Amino acid sequence: MAPTESIAPGFQAGDAVMVRIAYPIGHVRTPHYIRGKPGVVERFCGIYGNPEELAYARSGQPRQPLYRVRFIQREVWPAYDGNPSDTVDVEIFQNWLEAR
Amino acid sequence: MSDTTPAPFRGHHDMGGEPADAVERAEHDYALWEKRVDAMLVLLSKKGRMTVDELRRNIEGLGPDAYDKMTYYERWIYSVAQSLIQRGEISIDELGRKISEVQGRDHGAD
Repeated sequence: MAPTESIAPGFQAGDAVMVRIAYPIGHVRTPHYIRGKPGVVERFCGIYGNPEELAYARSGQPRQPLYRVRFIQREVWPAYDGNPSDTVDVEIFQNWLEAR
Repeated sequence: MSDTTPAPFRGHHDMGGEPADAVERAEHDYALWEKRVDAMLVLLSKKGRMTVDELRRNIEGLGPDAYDKMTYYERWIYSVAQSLIQRGEISIDELGRKISEVQGRDHGAD
C-alpha cells in the first residue's frame, strides 16, 4: 500500500478560530449554520481521511486533522434567548478553520 | 429580488437552525429489515466496498421531497444501492432482476 499522507495539525486546544465562509456543492461535513462563526478549539480529535474525498470513493488523502470547536450560542444565533454562557460544540476539519 | 445575488448554497439535508416541527423523542423498535440494512453497511464498510461518507453523500443527493418522505433506513438502503452501482460492485440490471425476483416471492412472515 502507498504511504499515508496527512496534513499536520495547525491548531491546539485554546486557539481562537474562525470557520471559513464557503458554500460549495458536494459532500461537506461543516454545517451551514456554523460557517463564518468565531469559536475556540476545545480539543484536537485526531487525523482522519477527508470525508469530502471519501464521499466520492477516493482515497481521502491527505488525511485532515479534526477538532472539536466550541461556539457561544449567542454568536451563532443572534436571537438566542437562553443563558448567555451557553455553548455549542461542533467537530470541524482543519481545512474549514482559520486562525483569528 | 431579481437583482440580488443567489442565497448561499445549502443542501436540503443541512437543516440545522431551520424552522422545523418538534423533535420526536420516543424510542422505537427497529424492524428486521432495518437491522439488516444496518448490518449490511457495517459489512460493506469493513470489507472496503463503500464508506459511510458515500452513504451520506448519496442520501444528500436525494431530492428534498424524497428526503422528507423516506424513512431513515429507506434512505440508507437507497444510498447503499446507489454507492454499489457507482463503484461497479453491482449492475442496475442485476439489481432490477433481483428486486423482481424478491417481489415475486410468497411473502410469509420474515
